[in-house]
Amino acid sequence: MKIGTPKESFEGEARVAMTPDSAGQLQKLGHSCMIEAGAGLRAGFTDADYEAAGVEIAKTPAALWKAADVVAKVRVPDEAEMKRLRAGQTLISFFSPVADEAKMQAAAKKGATVIAMEMIPRISRAQKMDALSSMANIAGYRAVIEAGNNFGRFFTGQITAAGKVPPAKVLVVGAGVAGLAAIGTSTSLGAITYAFDVRPEVAEQVESMGAEFVYLDFEEEQQDGSSSGGYASVSSPEFREAQLAKFRELAPEVDIVITTALIPNREAPELWTEDMVKAMKPGSVIVDLAAEKGGNCKLTVKDEKIVTENGVTIVGYTDFPSRMGTQASSLYATNIRHLMTDLTPEKDGEIVHNMEDDVIRGATIAHDKEVTYPPPPPKVAAIAAAPKKEKAKELTAEEKRANEVAAFKKQTQTQVGLLAVGGALVLAVGLIAPASFMQHFIVFVLSVFIGFQVIWGVAHSLHTPLMAVTNAISSIIILGALIQIGSSSLLITALAALSVFMAAINIFGGFLVTRRMLAMFQKS
Amino acid sequence: MEFGFTIAAYAVAAVLFILSLGGLSNQESAKRAVWYGIAGMAIAVLATLIGPGQGLGVVSIILLALGAAVGYQLATKVQMTQMPELVAIMHSLVGLAAVFVGFNADIMINAISALYAENGGVLGAVGPGGYTAIGLPAAVYDELSSFGQLIAKKTGVEIGILRVELVLGIWIGAVTFTGSVIAYGKLAGKVDTSAKKLPGGHLLNAGAAALSLIFAIMYLGGSGSWTLVLLTLLALFIGYHLIMGIGGADMPVVVSMLNSYSGWAAAAIGFSLGNDLLIVVGALVGSSGAILSYIMCKAMNRSFVSVILGGFGGPAGEQQAVEGEQIAIEADGVASALNEADSVIIIPGYGMAVAQAQTAVSELVKKLRAAGKTVRFAIHPVAGRLPGHMNVLLAEAKVPYDIVLEMDEINEDFPDTDVAIVIGSNDIVNPAAQDDPNSPIAGMPVLECWKAKQVFVSKRGQGTGYSGIENPLFFKENTRMFYGDAKASLDKLLPMID
Repeated sequence: MKIGTPKESFEGEARVAMTPDSAGQLQKLGHSCMIEAGAGLRAGFTDADYEAAGVEIAKTPAALWKAADVVAKVRVPDEAEMKRLRAGQTLISFFSPVADEAKMQAAAKKGATVIAMEMIPRISRAQKMDALSSMANIAGYRAVIEAGNNFGRFFTGQITAAGKVPPAKVLVVGAGVAGLAAIGTSTSLGAITYAFDVRPEVAEQVESMGAEFVYLDFEEEQQDGSSSGGYASVSSPEFREAQLAKFRELAPEVDIVITTALIPNREAPELWTEDMVKAMKPGSVIVDLAAEKGGNCKLTVKDEKIVTENGVTIVGYTDFPSRMGTQASSLYATNIRHLMTDLTPEKDGEIVHNMEDDVIRGATIAHDKEVTYPPPPPKVAAIAAAPKKEKAKELTAEEKRANEVAAFKKQTQTQVGLLAVGGALVLAVGLIAPASFMQHFIVFVLSVFIGFQVIWGVAHSLHTPLMAVTNAISSIIILGALIQIGSSSLLITALAALSVFMAAINIFGGFLVTRRMLAMFQKS
Repeated sequence: MEFGFTIAAYAVAAVLFILSLGGLSNQESAKRAVWYGIAGMAIAVLATLIGPGQGLGVVSIILLALGAAVGYQLATKVQMTQMPELVAIMHSLVGLAAVFVGFNADIMINAISALYAENGGVLGAVGPGGYTAIGLPAAVYDELSSFGQLIAKKTGVEIGILRVELVLGIWIGAVTFTGSVIAYGKLAGKVDTSAKKLPGGHLLNAGAAALSLIFAIMYLGGSGSWTLVLLTLLALFIGYHLIMGIGGADMPVVVSMLNSYSGWAAAAIGFSLGNDLLIVVGALVGSSGAILSYIMCKAMNRSFVSVILGGFGGPAGEQQAVEGEQIAIEADGVASALNEADSVIIIPGYGMAVAQAQTAVSELVKKLRAAGKTVRFAIHPVAGRLPGHMNVLLAEAKVPYDIVLEMDEINEDFPDTDVAIVIGSNDIVNPAAQDDPNSPIAGMPVLECWKAKQVFVSKRGQGTGYSGIENPLFFKENTRMFYGDAKASLDKLLPMID
């Protein structure tokens, strides 16, 4: 199959859906690759780079759309591209089935197959193709960089000859992929970072990134995020009030606020109100990553940077990934490549569109002249439900003592019990067996006892030499054979001779191999 | 003729043997301990040769020399990966020797009682005043070998006990013999390693055991030596069938169990010959093997009976489905992760022995340690096919033993480890043992390698382990599968480490 990537027509878009690297990987799957001239230029890939990777260059978009069996791009196709889309062609791109419903209908009518990158289900198997996550990661990183760009101070605290610099305080609202990326970037720049999320189970992740989780004084059975596929859902009014109260408390303190709160298929919730913005210090920065969906702050202007009356900068850009074209392209192209790997199970360049596969089914919104959105719920749950944690009971000193006493008693009981049974058995044998037997028997019992005492002390690492040694010494049976070999009966002599021979092999073999093994054990 | 000197020598030998086993408590004293064992054996054999065994001294010495030559060949030629096979085949020799010696005792009893009959007496009759050996002319008595004299002096009850002991010795010896031969075959790959049973399964074993009990009773009742022969055949069958029904990964238990049996057989023969040294050593070896089996079973969280009866029990309920996918990685990926890591733990398993990869592993460790990284090994008690198998292999490859740690010593360190490398092990790193109460291996102690920041699994393919259980480790987010033969993979990896 021929996979083609056109130049993105959207104004200012720097990303490209195929890199020379991903093209090489795609060719390994048996596909051939094609790219429109100049498509990778803004992401830092020249046509020569592509040609070196074995990619065919198409002069015009029309030529590319005509030749490619699969078109992979970033943005949803524009009107001109929709016209070029033809029956039997597969389109892979960001494609919102809600916002771009008309285009989806049109594509289905034409008989083209559309795979929407934002519809890739959030299951662990599909993580490698989850473009939303990889783009959110970049957005989170870039948000901190943009904030730093507009912030007049250091992130990290310093004590210099020229004076003391306090560290910046950063609040990240929403600890999704973007939020976590922002937290990581911010902490590594040295800022004191706080993070909030409505899902308390992410507190651990937040703390693992080095930020402080902001807890609310709120008593309510909070919803387990796993029931909604790992995304946040709408919270109750009381909860919201508690949350806003906490933010109001934090607003005068923090220098930088990065909001990333989004609820799937809804307007972004308002979390940073006007009065909070007013309460912030001049020079503070707000980066609203939810600007696309109306913003977590109502003052945010989409795609623009504004400065409020009290000197707070609010950044409402929506093209963070595109601002890091090279990085975003290589991640996005890798996502596409992983998706192609799943679509090409035999690695023979033949695409098998398996509608039984949860991931492929979930992401396909138009197939076989039909709209296939919304998909049925996936067969496997997105993430495992968090197990209900039971607090381990702290034992008091008395309880511990009682436990120890009980354990000691139990140990004594078993030991005495075993001794009693063993003793009774020995006595029972003594009752019927003659004295000459008992003389040997006492030796036997004592030897077993010594054996048990000694062997417990043997190091685990020396168990193989132990077996070889015991093997060698169990050939002590040679003594029996040696005593019998002098018999007048030929049969006895023959059997005894054989035994001597076999036991001798064992003795020498066993000891020699043990020595060989032990000599190998060396200290460093 | 009494051999006071011989008995004294036996006492010295017994002490030396105990010291030799006790010395194995650490690597350094072990090197001395093996010499105690050798000295003990030399004293015992010499004392017997100049004492009660002087009958055919020259023949004995020739045979000893022949055995020594063969033993030397075996011990010096064997590959360390073949240790389990060697140990198994050597057990079989002890078992067979016990059977022969036992039969000899029976033949001797028959011969002596025939001798009594010739002279008009009865073996085992007790005269007034407690004298035995009545009715045997002194000349005839003196002509008997020392073993013959021993029997001739016994009372009727003692002869009865003697027979019980020799039946036990022969039976255990025979089971050990065929069992060890099959174990050898399985370990050497000459017999199919999967658990195989004849139709009838354990009933067949139980039947054979019951039948041999009947023959034993008949033999003790005086039915003649043919019952003993049949009993031996039955025991041979049990040994064969029992071990055939046990799969490859349970071999550590099997081999240590056979080790134990060979000891008990020697002890039983010691009773019938009235030889205390045989009893002492047999008991030492028997208990040693028993303890090893116990440790192995404990490490698999299974009862001894369930291992011996073979196979894993059915799952207790619905097992948790494994979700996710196994993500493969190439050598360069592993190399870059290793180059960046500060601490590495390697978990070897039977797969490393199969691929003969221990030298390559050792090379890798050397390189990583030279780069200043902390590298350690984590050894699960049942890794490999013999207790302590991995330790010996790593020692052979010149891995210093102080970086080779036991499960309990290292399990807590995984969360602070950058990279864990699993080489050819599967069930011993299966998180299902902890997470899934319905898993057949639930409760088995495992190495918690998934707590490391990153886990690489070197494995031949996507198959399941010995227990046939899917391993959720392979599907974890921080796990990458490094497919391919362990040795080939490591050889590819080595040049990329700086």
